[in-house]
Parts: sequence; structure tokens; C-alpha cells
Amino acid sequence: MSPIFKHGPSARHRLLLVLILSIFLIFFDHYISSFETTRGYLQSLVSPLQYLATAPKRMMTWTAENLTSRQDLIEQNQRYKVDELLLREQLMQLSMLEKENTRLRSLLASPVRKETRKMVAEVIAVDSDPYTHQVVINRGANDGVYEGQPVVDEKGIVGQIQNVGTISSRVILITDVTHAVPVRVSRNGIRMIANGTGHIDTLIHNFVPHSTDVRTGDVLVTSGLGGKYPEGYPVSTIIKINQDETRAFAQLYSKPVAEIDRLRYLLLLWTDEDNVSAKQSNVAEVELKDKDAEALEQQSTDTKKANQ
Amino acid sequence: MLAHNGIIILLTLLLALIASIIPMPLSVDAFRPDWVLVVLIYWCLALPSRVNVITAWVLGFILDVLLGSILGVHAAALAISVFIIAENFQKIRNFSIWQQSIIVGVVAALYHLLVFWIQRFLTDVVFLPSYLYPVITTIILWPWALFLLRKIRRHFQIK
Repeated sequence: MSPIFKHGPSARHRLLLVLILSIFLIFFDHYISSFETTRGYLQSLVSPLQYLATAPKRMMTWTAENLTSRQDLIEQNQRYKVDELLLREQLMQLSMLEKENTRLRSLLASPVRKETRKMVAEVIAVDSDPYTHQVVINRGANDGVYEGQPVVDEKGIVGQIQNVGTISSRVILITDVTHAVPVRVSRNGIRMIANGTGHIDTLIHNFVPHSTDVRTGDVLVTSGLGGKYPEGYPVSTIIKINQDETRAFAQLYSKPVAEIDRLRYLLLLWTDEDNVSAKQSNVAEVELKDKDAEALEQQSTDTKKANQ
Repeated sequence: MLAHNGIIILLTLLLALIASIIPMPLSVDAFRPDWVLVVLIYWCLALPSRVNVITAWVLGFILDVLLGSILGVHAAALAISVFIIAENFQKIRNFSIWQQSIIVGVVAALYHLLVFWIQRFLTDVVFLPSYLYPVITTIILWPWALFLLRKIRRHFQIK
């Protein structure tokens, strides 16, 4: 084992070998996405590491939760009771409205909306890589999680499932540069695409004409056009409109409604029980990326692209 | 790999992996030092016959899986960074600890830029100066890591 006499291939050959390997991996992972299932297995393999890494944090939250004062608990309880009262009142209204809606829909012979299955998940790890916005949750294939499944928190859309392991899975957030959500303005129903920017608090909307009726403060909700995110969940609010007439399109920026930077408990939604097996169509939306400013009709085509 | 207490090398590398994914507040997270790179550089300087480019690549691959980046990105960047150290280990060994720190800083900067360049080539990421903050902490970390790892190596007589 003396380093004076080298044995095996030289460092240069080794480097060449691993670089070629890397190029193959990058090519097959990024351009062909042929590692989707393998990534699931790899995710399961490394999940013990992730559990180990989050153990100190979990211990701290556990102690923090167990060492709260009586006074705090009483106050919290009081607050929850008030909240519950208010929410229950809304629920009564909602169930009434739901019945009415179903009745009206059946009168109009349009399909009745189905109840969706939900599951609570906890965030176990957040990526430290600045180039991707992803979190890992403690639900996996054992719980019936599937790729492309929408994930929300108590405020709005958070993202969708990217890889599924057996006991954990990876969620890509709406602020990731490679992610886009089809949305509409809840005030007037104008359709747009919300692209991630890589900044935790900004989404960008490309190819919106200057004449579009959008104001700052408008709430954007999912349009349901992608067939992936269920309709009507809040995504973001418009914070900045840059109407520079020298540009072909207005520049719109919005801020996610969900608190992307302080996620803890998430809700997984099963959008359509019949559609669960249709996994193949899920990749397109994540990869949706506008290359250049194309034709003026881009907005509508973009929507279609996102909807595949 | 496992002869002469080689398992200790694996353990330190494993700890470095855990340290690089341990959750931190967002403000501190930008300054997270490159634990894996520092530990790899140490072992590569101390025992270049046992830890080399291939080890670096494998660790980079695991890092890719842990961080959810495109497979091969961190692997390639780590392999190239460690290659530079492996080619010059005899020179770097003889430098003073501060000179070594600066070299480690330069290699860490190269590592981050490599990762950025590959990501830039693949997706539309934009460069932020904050991507290079870890370089500062890595430079500060190096003397301490060197001291600790040397102690570990001598105590367990890893050859």
C-alpha cells in the first residue's frame, strides 16, 4: 500500500472514465429521463441517511413540543376551539353549497365532482442544493403515493411528487426553475402559466400580452387544465407587473401563497382515482420550459403544452 | 478498502454526507461548508492510494441522489476537483496550513463553479454570488478538519 509505487490505472485514466460515466448519466437522466424508476430505488436506499440527518432536528422539535408550558397549551387549545367553531360554520355552508352544486350539475347533465382522497405527510428533509427546490416527505409507494401527485399545504399549492421511494418521496416545488403550473386569475379567469424562477418567493408568467387585465394583488388559482393539479387551489398572488412597451410581452411576477420556505406538514391529494395508473404522462409538465419568445399565440399553445 | 481500519475512512465520509444534508435555517444554509469535499481532500492528501477520483465520483453520485439534482452533476464536479488534488498531493502536503487552506478554497470555488456551469448548461439557472459563500466557510473549516482527521488517522493507524 505504499504510495511510492502506483498501481492500477493512473489518475488521468480514472478521471476520463468517470467523466465519460458522468456524461452518460447526465444525458440519460436529463434528456431521456430513463432513471425515473431507478431513482425511486436509490431514494429508498438513501432514506436511512436522510432519517439520520434529520434526527437531531426531530429530537429538538420533540423536546420543544414536550416542554411547552401549561399556559401555552391552554391558549393554543382556546385558539383551536375558536378556529374549529368558525370552520364548522363554514363547513355547514359548504356542505349545503356542495349539495346544491351537485343538484345543479346533474340538472345541467355535467359530470359531478368526486370527493378526493387526501393524506397528511411530513417534510423530513429539505435540499441544501441551491439549484433545485425540492423537499423529501415521509410517504412513499407503501402509502400509494404516485409520481406527479399534487401536494398542497394549508394555504395553497406546494408542488408535485417527482420520485417515489418505498417509504419516502421527493416533492418538486412550484418555485423550481424546471416547474410550471397552469393557472388562471380567479377574478376574471384569464389563463396563464406560472413558471418557477429558482427564487423561493417568486414565480414568473411568460407570454402575457400587455392588454391583459391583471392587477397587483390578483389571486391566481390552478386552472385544472394540466389534468394534474385539481382546479381552484390558490397558487400565488401577483406582486409586480412590468409593462414595458418595448418588450413583446408584459412581465408578471407573483408570490406563492403557500409558505414554501417553512413547510412542515403537507397534504397529498389523489386527484382522480381512475387516473392513478396513468403515470406516463406526468413528466411533460415538469420539463416544460419556454425556450425563446415564440409567436404571439404562445400563451395558448403553452397552456396546451403544459396540459399534456 | 477495508484493510488497516479503512472502515474509519468510510465512516468519516458518511458523516460528511450527513453533515451536508442536515437541515439548517435558510440564512445559515447558504454558508454550509463543503463537508464531503474537505474530507475527500484530506484523505486524498494523506492516503492517495486508497481515496482517489473514483471514490470522489461515487460520493458525488450519492450526493446527487441525496440532493435530488441531475445524476452525475455533483459526481463529475467532485471527481474533477479531487483529480487536481490527487495530481499534486506531494506538493500540497508540504505547504503550510494557510497555503493549504487557500488551495482548498480555490478547489472549492472551482467545484461550485463546475456545478453551476453544468446546471446552467442543462437548465436556466442564474448565477448568484451567494452560491460561492460556502467557499469562505470551507477555507475556515480546513485547518480544523485537517487537525481532527489527522488525529483520527493516527489514532486508528489507518495506512
